[in-house]
Amino acid sequence: MCNQTVSLVAAELERQGISTVTLMLLRKVAEAVRPPRALFVPFSHGYPLDYPDDPPRQHEVIEAALRLLEDPAAKPPVLADYTPE
Amino acid sequence: MATFDELSVPVRMFLKGYRWRRIDPVPWTPLRKPLSASRLALISSAGWVLPGQEPFARTLAGGDGSFREIPADTDLSTLIDAHKSQSFDHEGMHRDPNLAFPLDRARELVERGRIGALNHRHLSFMGSITAPGRLVRDHAPDAARLLVGDGVDVALLVPV
Repeated sequence: MCNQTVSLVAAELERQGISTVTLMLLRKVAEAVRPPRALFVPFSHGYPLDYPDDPPRQHEVIEAALRLLEDPAAKPPVLADYTPE
Repeated sequence: MATFDELSVPVRMFLKGYRWRRIDPVPWTPLRKPLSASRLALISSAGWVLPGQEPFARTLAGGDGSFREIPADTDLSTLIDAHKSQSFDHEGMHRDPNLAFPLDRARELVERGRIGALNHRHLSFMGSITAPGRLVRDHAPDAARLLVGDGVDVALLVPV
């Protein structure tokens, strides 16, 4: 349900003029709900940025999400995959 | 990888017949300026509250779609986990709240110049919302208006 919640909030932010990027833990939910701009991360429930106390990994995930915001060719809904290095 | 199989049998049974709220049409706001000049807000669905804030309602039918404001200068160690769900492992975010609310990482991005500025407040929801009518009608628009008023350009949303 968390995945749907953040997706619906993201949609409202986009409607009001804020660019968003949403991490998604469940691809099926991302495909069903369709947040405007989403990065699917292959991590467990409760671990959207992978490991605790691992700033480099957390930055990797966030950077991948930020890059989605910078893609001028992107069209909604965007659903990209994060592949851990 | 998160899967439905990780969830309890009752939750899986509920989700089997659940109708997800499809966003249609999908709204879109392209990035209007470089991230290095943009103001960022974080939004988490991990149910964080600060001491003194009202906890999220655990028994409200359909879920509690309200949100709490988390000031940008918050010490993450003071956050309280008020999320009612037992469908995810809370241990990781207790050990490192950045896992579900990456405020320290966002501060570092500003220090590096990757992001222009952090908003003075960020938002915390509790994601166990099975009937999102009130969220869509009331709480999400209120949250968006708040952030638009703050001059926020971009938001990073993090579920658990």
